[in-house]
Amino acid sequence: MIVFAIAAVRNRKMLRSVIYLLFVLVGIAGIFFLIDYNFLAAVQLTVYAGGIIVLMIFSVLLVHHIELELEVAKPLKQIITAITCLVGTGIVLTNIYAHEFNVVENNISTTTADIGSRMLSYEAGGFILPFEVISVVLLAAMIGAIVIAKGKKLTNKNED
Amino acid sequence: MRIPLSITDNIQEWLVSMMSESAASYVAMIIVALIYLGIFAIAGLFLVLIERRVAAWFQLRIGPNRVGFQGLLQTMADALKLVSKELTGTDRADKFLYNLAPYFVIISALMALGVMPFTKEFQAFDINIGIFFLIAISSIGVIGILLGGWASNNKFALIGAMRSGVQTISYELSVGLSLLTMILLTGSLQLSEIVEVQKGGWLIVQGHIPAIIAFMIYMIAGTAETNRAPFDMVEAESELGAGFHTEYSGMKFAYFFLAEFINMFLIAAIAATVFFGAWLSPFGITESIPWLGVFWFLAKTLVLVFLMMWFRWTFPRLRVDQLLTLEWKYLLPINLVNIVIMAFIVWQKLIIQI
Repeated sequence: MIVFAIAAVRNRKMLRSVIYLLFVLVGIAGIFFLIDYNFLAAVQLTVYAGGIIVLMIFSVLLVHHIELELEVAKPLKQIITAITCLVGTGIVLTNIYAHEFNVVENNISTTTADIGSRMLSYEAGGFILPFEVISVVLLAAMIGAIVIAKGKKLTNKNED
Repeated sequence: MRIPLSITDNIQEWLVSMMSESAASYVAMIIVALIYLGIFAIAGLFLVLIERRVAAWFQLRIGPNRVGFQGLLQTMADALKLVSKELTGTDRADKFLYNLAPYFVIISALMALGVMPFTKEFQAFDINIGIFFLIAISSIGVIGILLGGWASNNKFALIGAMRSGVQTISYELSVGLSLLTMILLTGSLQLSEIVEVQKGGWLIVQGHIPAIIAFMIYMIAGTAETNRAPFDMVEAESELGAGFHTEYSGMKFAYFFLAEFINMFLIAAIAATVFFGAWLSPFGITESIPWLGVFWFLAKTLVLVFLMMWFRWTFPRLRVDQLLTLEWKYLLPINLVNIVIMAFIVWQKLIIQI
């Protein structure tokens, strides 16, 4: 996965980078399968591998020619990016190693029914509020997308 | 990790007697994978033969009947020919992606086969999110088509790939939602439990009107998702040459071809599982002989495969805009209303139980 992640960043052909990113995401889904979070693994596959990557491929197909290669950034920029990345990795790693993880013996695989009822329960520990907020946000985003897509036609009609 | 590999129990016991337990489980997985690979490579070839014979029948021809009895070995010979052919490619194509694309398509098709319940025992991977896993896997196959079309560095291939992407993404919604309608009845995503529920009547009987609507939507959307006629804008011979696989030859082309037929089998198999009780015999007439389940499963699947071939050779091809109108303006709203109706029926317990 790490190899693919590096390859995704380093590759100069845009679509290849996207494909390496796909491998990274599928690898994460594989990890979810290994720890028996089947639902999360399938969500990872549908949303990231099936949705976002396809969207990325689409946009690359629309704007990018096959022989085009991305430019290599200037040395100064490269150094600055390298330093920022190293600092970021350092912070994440120190945090991970400073925190003590409890090893949980996971024998019960979470079923979809559990997730569903938890999602809609309004008792303590339920997720009804975030669930509803997210659905409102999604609705707003969809309406926004429709308005943007239809914008021109609406103004034309108003002029008539 | 606990994977219920029910068919492998026997193989596993035999292997454990020879080596350590962890090694045995890995070897068992590999053996099962090879068995599936073998069976479905051959099954795919015979599906091609069936398609050709059905096409011939619809067009009042005879079809391939020279190689072997009634042409049974024809597609085998074709496959051998394809293996021995030269692999060509375009100049200045992106070789890496070009070679990668067929594997995406075929691997996603084969992965989905692992969860199909052929009989009570003959199911390799009985995962508790069964159907959701199938939908997730099928969404990856389209990446292979998009890549193949783009990496060929060919206009026709690119147009075919773009059409395929649009088509598959929009029809995936209908497939998912029509299956969701049936899941309201079963209350479980696990395929073995879905079959258990149907012991009191197949789901298409239990759910009566909304189930039949869901089945019709599923078959339409399923045909579109496998890129078959009347939804084969992707390949549209008269407009695009051969669509996204114009530049492929030999074995790589065979992968695309095989994947298409395995996908068709898969769509029919999912329909047989969800709507027609998978390996359950009608009215339980052969319940005492469990291995006959394979026969019933294949019989139901092949009837549905025949239905899809019937579509292909009967209807003319749609235009792209007609295709998208059908999905977004008709199938999707019908589907959403259908889910509400089904929820009402399940809530009021208006299910027909035998």
